[in-house]
Amino acid sequence: MRERNVAQASRRDREFEAFVAGAAGRLLQTATLLTAEPPDDNPRARRLLTHALAHTYAVWDGLRGEDPYDRTRRELALRFERGVWHHHGFYRPPPGGVLRALGPQERLVLVLRLYEGVAEEQTAALLGMPAERVRAICLRAMATVLHPRREKSVPPVVEVAPS
Amino acid sequence: MNLREREAAVRRILDRRPPVVPPELCADAVRRGGRMLRRRAAARHVMWLVLLAAVVAFAVWASTTHPWVEPPSTTTPPVTGW
Repeated sequence: MRERNVAQASRRDREFEAFVAGAAGRLLQTATLLTAEPPDDNPRARRLLTHALAHTYAVWDGLRGEDPYDRTRRELALRFERGVWHHHGFYRPPPGGVLRALGPQERLVLVLRLYEGVAEEQTAALLGMPAERVRAICLRAMATVLHPRREKSVPPVVEVAPS
Repeated sequence: MNLREREAAVRRILDRRPPVVPPELCADAVRRGGRMLRRRAAARHVMWLVLLAAVVAFAVWASTTHPWVEPPSTTTPPVTGW
């Protein structure tokens, strides 16, 4: 029994290490975009990713064919969403991040839809909102990212006609 | 600029300057995840112990009080002298 557990643990460690080696770069980029921190100073994104990866490690033996990357990304997104309300209600990202002009929810939707390429319906299901709202938030966020100077003087309420 | 071009432009902005992965990230995650696993295993052990204790307590109680035996009636006096 004990030997089997030890063998399972070492196999889990090996597989997990290989997974992290392949996926950590992209996931850290995702986390850094979410927290809107500059790429060279991103303690909050690192913490977020470490916690999400730890969760994936803990459920590794029970994944049963589920993609660990998907699982980690979901954990990352939900953890970020929870953290925004629980601890960082008045959090202002430091200057330097690409998406600092956006609100947390806009960042979450934009990163999941465009950087991670998650489908609109899946994003909606993950965040518990209708797909139309996901599309509207994504379009608004895209407009803010593409025309940052014009939006800076105007508060974040921006009307965008879907093309 | 149509929607597809704007999406491509935003993607290019998002792809800029990827952060460097800290070398201790994997070890930290393994340590933290291992702690979660151990905590869960400990909780499972405690649950089994509590269940076992409850079963033993019930067995002892049942064997001493015999709750399945009908208690003697307290309203009808015992019938004697037929």
